[in-house]
Amino acid sequence: MFLRSSANSRYCASAWLIVATLCVATLAVADDTDAFRPDAPTVERYVRDMWSGADDEWKKRLQQDETQAVCSKFRNAPPEDIADALRAREASTVVYPADGNLLGNWREGEKIAQNGRGGQFSDAPDATRGGNCYACHQMAKTEVSYGTLGPSLSEYGKLRGFSSEAAKEAYAKVYNSQASLPCSMMPRFGVHGFLSEQQIKDVIAYLFDAESPVNK
Amino acid sequence: MLRAGDDAEEEIKRYREMIDDPMANPAYLNVDRGESLWVLARGQKNASLETCDLGKGPGVLEGAYAELPRYFSDADQVMDLEQRLLWCMDRIQGLDTKEILSRKFGIPGTTSDLEDLVAYIANKSSGMTFHIPLDHPREREAYAIGEALFYRRGSLLDFSCATCHGADGARIRTTQLPNLTKPGPDARETMGSWPTYRVSQSQTRTMQNRLWDCYRQMRMPPPEFGSAGLTALMIYLAKQADGGTLNVPSIKR
Repeated sequence: MFLRSSANSRYCASAWLIVATLCVATLAVADDTDAFRPDAPTVERYVRDMWSGADDEWKKRLQQDETQAVCSKFRNAPPEDIADALRAREASTVVYPADGNLLGNWREGEKIAQNGRGGQFSDAPDATRGGNCYACHQMAKTEVSYGTLGPSLSEYGKLRGFSSEAAKEAYAKVYNSQASLPCSMMPRFGVHGFLSEQQIKDVIAYLFDAESPVNK
Repeated sequence: MLRAGDDAEEEIKRYREMIDDPMANPAYLNVDRGESLWVLARGQKNASLETCDLGKGPGVLEGAYAELPRYFSDADQVMDLEQRLLWCMDRIQGLDTKEILSRKFGIPGTTSDLEDLVAYIANKSSGMTFHIPLDHPREREAYAIGEALFYRRGSLLDFSCATCHGADGARIRTTQLPNLTKPGPDARETMGSWPTYRVSQSQTRTMQNRLWDCYRQMRMPPPEFGSAGLTALMIYLAKQADGGTLNVPSIKR
């Protein structure tokens, strides 16, 4: 069915059998510029064509996993049952450090939070990957160049009483943001292996070490 | 509490106004080179581009860019300006487009014919407004594909275009992000200011380059220049900018 917004889709799907013609007419008047949506296989054909010149190693990045496909399809607002399944699937991927120690070195964590490089076709393949936390989050108040796509993380550990439970939640959030929030905009740093376990621990230390500028 | 974010915005705005001077904008060198390239006879057919139809009739440049991408029946394809130029170079001039594409983006010491031509042709629409009626079914199809691509998440950081360009008033670091998911001032200002001279790169860049750079940051491989998917994204973005005024080539950080 070629309908545009998910709200329209749901409305029209349920009303389809009863007032199909009315539904189409309403849509056509309200929104005639983009009255159909291509199915996923069609979009993926375009994707393969857009990157037809990429080498095999890079082409692996064209393959969406199920979560990426679902979040694309529903534009990050999946229906509740699909969201629940997604959350359960993602929660099962989180791997905590074997020794149970979640806090690394906050000074290293700060470098990771500042670093927006790694993994781009302009980067050396072995370039250190950063988490680029500051692109989207406020953290230490002394760093004035921060983005606003995500919530402020200022005094993150302090506001949570430096509790080990909160640190564990934060570790899971960085490892896989969608284990708690389906279709979160935040990257799943651990799932993709974009950051190493040690790097994630360092970032958690940046959030939870009492000496970290985040908590000053 | 520091309010450096706001101060930085003011400062960036002031900087933008300061550099926004057509008499001092190096992109006008591209415009001049583009004009020479448009009339230059070359290729196997030793022909110029002057009979190339950019949508408003053979050789008509005024207002052409403001209505691209569009469907071209001779090519049976929706094309943006770069795609159309490559098509004309091939058909009218018999030019080696591989060589042209080896210089798709200018670097110090090597100019890009495509960037020069786009700067020249887009400038012929400066002061005019985007008009993307999507009259042809293939244009509507391309728009829908572009929209789907805009929301498609993937690669190592799960990003889509909408990750950064789907909210009002958001920033990355201190950079304001236009919301390009809806018609309005953000899309009009953004699309109305490309091609642009990028001070940080010392080069004049087109939207093909901007999209290529976005995919770089999204950790995708480099997209194929002039591919149908990029044109689909272009028509989606141009449609959001419908009615917006072009002021090109502009100059940006």
